[in-house]
Amino acid sequence: MFRLEARPQPSRFWIAVTPILAVIATMIAGGLMFAVLGKDPLASIRMIFWDPLMGEYAFYYRGQLLTKAGPLILIAIGLSIGFRAGIWNIGAEGQYIIGAICGAGVALAAYPVQAWYIFPLMVLAGGLGGWAWGMIPAILRNRFGTNEILVSLMLVYVAQHLLSSMALGLMRNPEGMGFPGSRNLQQYPSAANPELIAGTGIHWGVVAAFLSVIVAYVFMSRHMTGFQIRLMGESPRAATFAGVIPKRVVTFTLGLSGALAGLAGLFEVSGPAGQITIDFASGYGFTAIIVAFLGRLHPIGIMLGGLLMALTYVGGNLVQQQAGLPAAAIQAFQGMLLFFLLAFDLLSAYRVRLVKREHR
Amino acid sequence: MMDLSAISPAALVAALIAASTPILLAAIGELVVEKSGVLNLGVEGMMITGAIFGFAASVETGSPWLGLVAAMIGSAILALIFGVLTQYFLTNQVATGLALTLFGLGFSALIGQGYTGIKPPPFPRLDIAGLSGIPFFGRALLSHDYIVYLSILLVAAVWYFLKYTRPGLVLRAVGENHDAAHAIGYNVTRIRLMAVAFGGACAGLGGAYLALVQVPQWTEGMTAGAGWIALALVVFASWKPWRVVLGAYIFGGVSILQLNLQAVGVNIPVAYLSMAPYIVTIIVLVIMSGDRTSAPASLGRVFHASS
Amino acid sequence: MKSLKSIAVGVALALGLGGVAAHAAEKLKVGFIYVGPVGDLGWTHQHDQGRKAVEKAFGDKVETTYVESVPEGADAERVMTQMALSGAKLIFATSFGYMDAVQNVAKKFPNVKFEHATGYKTAPNVSTYSARFYEGRMVIGHIAGKMTKTNKIGYIASYPIPEVIRGINAAYLAAKAVNPNVQFKIVWVFTWFDPAKEADAANALIEQGVDVIMQHTDSPAALTIAEKKGIYAFGQASDMKKFGPNARLTSIIDNWAPYYIQEVKAVMDGTWKSHATWDGIKQGMVKIGDFSDKMPADVKASAQKIIDGLKAGTLHPFTGPINKQDGSVWLKPGEVADDATLAGMNFYVEGIEGQIPK
Repeated sequence: MFRLEARPQPSRFWIAVTPILAVIATMIAGGLMFAVLGKDPLASIRMIFWDPLMGEYAFYYRGQLLTKAGPLILIAIGLSIGFRAGIWNIGAEGQYIIGAICGAGVALAAYPVQAWYIFPLMVLAGGLGGWAWGMIPAILRNRFGTNEILVSLMLVYVAQHLLSSMALGLMRNPEGMGFPGSRNLQQYPSAANPELIAGTGIHWGVVAAFLSVIVAYVFMSRHMTGFQIRLMGESPRAATFAGVIPKRVVTFTLGLSGALAGLAGLFEVSGPAGQITIDFASGYGFTAIIVAFLGRLHPIGIMLGGLLMALTYVGGNLVQQQAGLPAAAIQAFQGMLLFFLLAFDLLSAYRVRLVKREHR
Repeated sequence: MMDLSAISPAALVAALIAASTPILLAAIGELVVEKSGVLNLGVEGMMITGAIFGFAASVETGSPWLGLVAAMIGSAILALIFGVLTQYFLTNQVATGLALTLFGLGFSALIGQGYTGIKPPPFPRLDIAGLSGIPFFGRALLSHDYIVYLSILLVAAVWYFLKYTRPGLVLRAVGENHDAAHAIGYNVTRIRLMAVAFGGACAGLGGAYLALVQVPQWTEGMTAGAGWIALALVVFASWKPWRVVLGAYIFGGVSILQLNLQAVGVNIPVAYLSMAPYIVTIIVLVIMSGDRTSAPASLGRVFHASS
Repeated sequence: MKSLKSIAVGVALALGLGGVAAHAAEKLKVGFIYVGPVGDLGWTHQHDQGRKAVEKAFGDKVETTYVESVPEGADAERVMTQMALSGAKLIFATSFGYMDAVQNVAKKFPNVKFEHATGYKTAPNVSTYSARFYEGRMVIGHIAGKMTKTNKIGYIASYPIPEVIRGINAAYLAAKAVNPNVQFKIVWVFTWFDPAKEADAANALIEQGVDVIMQHTDSPAALTIAEKKGIYAFGQASDMKKFGPNARLTSIIDNWAPYYIQEVKAVMDGTWKSHATWDGIKQGMVKIGDFSDKMPADVKASAQKIIDGLKAGTLHPFTGPINKQDGSVWLKPGEVADDATLAGMNFYVEGIEGQIPK
């Protein structure tokens, strides 16, 4: 029989090694799947994991990895702080959408005025929009004790319907020949969030994502509130004795994660995506939850997790085109990778002991 | 011009019952899972897996019944991946559930590649001898296919199981406080695994209903978000089986009603109407927040015996 | 910043073109980017049929690649860049939402040709192409008007955009011309693809007494329901005969193959030029499927006459006199609608009940 023993502290060694083991396991399982589909498993795996980083056109893909990882990291950082406190915001997708709608709303209202203050105002509106959407579950939890997991999830659906109504109605581009979708903000200089250095894939959202990693790292390890948040997650009773006011933590973490998700939405709609469309939300808010856990809720881990996730998207498209793999195979492959990454985490938090007999 | 009387109430009820059945089935399964203290967000992935397993098996064997069985087994096995990961590997339930949806969508599309454009064998209807002729009730309630009745029976069984049986009590105890249940000597992990497998089987059945009866065909991604609605439904129902039925018919009903209203020429703001069920769900959540008996207290929390 | 940008683009081009030059003697690489899965049996499936036709027509001389289910926006831009980098000389972008991404990538790769479906922005190396599906709608509208016994025709519409509204108007006018009592019942489902919802919409329409259903959504769900309920419907995008052998009267088929072959050939010959194409039944981009045996001989004959008229160019679905829904004059007798009005059509013609959702 195997038995699990909780480690007093997560093992640093295993934290570093388990993701590598998980990726190797995924390569084996995924390679088998690719072989069953009649593709060269080694070549396929190389195209997903190696080519975007070191292949012939890596100079382009490396930047794209940042573009793709940016929103995932920014959202996941916000979520992870709440998760540390045991506050489960799973509605980041909704906050992301509302942030985009609010930010784009400012730009579309100002159009065609060109002024330096428009983009900062959009950033503000995007952050505030996400914050407000995140405050709904926070207020309901504090005031009525309503479960924030469920309220935040329900608000995703509401936001999605709002998005499609915006794309078809209020925000529809009057010069767009009647097609759904707003004006393209990339073509409105005052509102655009372009690449800061061409070819690097870095836009303000990516900058914000990396800043958030540093700030979150310092905040969680050095700041008093960060300590209180961790304490509340690890031992709510001890936290109350230490003077932590749970309601404040709820307000703070849900507001913060909402605001960061809203910012991610704003940066995406004004940058890479360019416009509000019916399908604008492509699941970043949900994928970010996975990224937060891939990163073990640690800022550095989240950054790496976000980049790995981005790699599977970028490499996934590459292998689709070049090896003719169906998109479904890539989805299944991503699912496997997540399963393995999550499962192997066990080794860092627990020690596996081989025991002869059950104690009881 | 807008003649509302053109909508036959009996037909409307019949249509909304049929349309709500997939989400009802998936939701009653998820209810049991959540009652045991586990939150599985992979319902969409399990439903679509059930849809393709059910479809493929009934096409290959020619028997819709075998299709249903295959759908339940297939989705239950998929659910067990989630179960093993969350119960033995102690992974986070939210993240694992989301990964399950991703995997299920991809996996089903892979299996389904050879099954597009095929007609499944027809599913038998149950016309309870003579009864479907009764005015209103005959049309509305008594002329459905077997699975519709099965779904109601399933709800009754779950209700009875949770409320009146000892294993049901144990399952609820595990969901309320897994440490206490463990201390009394119940095997929390095993009970939760069984609940998760049951939830998978129900979701699979719901998906199979979609692919074999409601539409009937197989196309990639055909659940189109039904699993997510099922999740909302469990919450709406505040974890009470009969309210799942009510909720399913309200959620399904809003969709059916707006389609029917359009068909008779009434203009309705579709986007806002589609939001309504979710806003209502939030309001219901707030109202029942004071009632602490319904939501399983251990929902979504990791259980480890030695911790 | 400007100069940095041009350097980076220059590097990208040098590498991209270097790759192409090496292979130019062998094969023409053609990329296809799809918004849905190739197994959707609708929009994307038909574009992929076109890709397969290109492979068949040119054999060893081409190499086609595709990426499916690519979200609009940044992902589309990356996938197209990826195709250009890997040596594609011609890229078909098959969704309206790819429009701005096509423009962005096309600027970076002036020597790669881009073909964008259903959009309206061209460039020296970007062409647009779309099909006059409303011509097909005229044919099936005519058939529906003749075949309905209840005089009620159901229409499952996706989103209120000109493409869909144009189709409703064309079908209605054709049905009304042969059946003055005909009534259209229109249900907007606000999705291109949701089989369960499309099936529910079909059921709701049947409940209101319609006995012929048309659809402007992608899945064959409505046709399967029609088959089950014993009424008529039409195939959409692909032939769809197997989903409703008895219900299907005919189908409007998106036939991109001839166009794709023609454009690939133009690039091979070096004769490719930027253009905006809007082809219909005449050029074969819109195809009408076989007529069902359920159609009486006279209906087959009159429907064929319409097809022939459209082919010959003697017939236009929007020929005056036509009034708008509010009774105001749109087209005077004999007047034919111009393409600009058609492209932005946002009103119903007279006789259609209900309002276009806002």
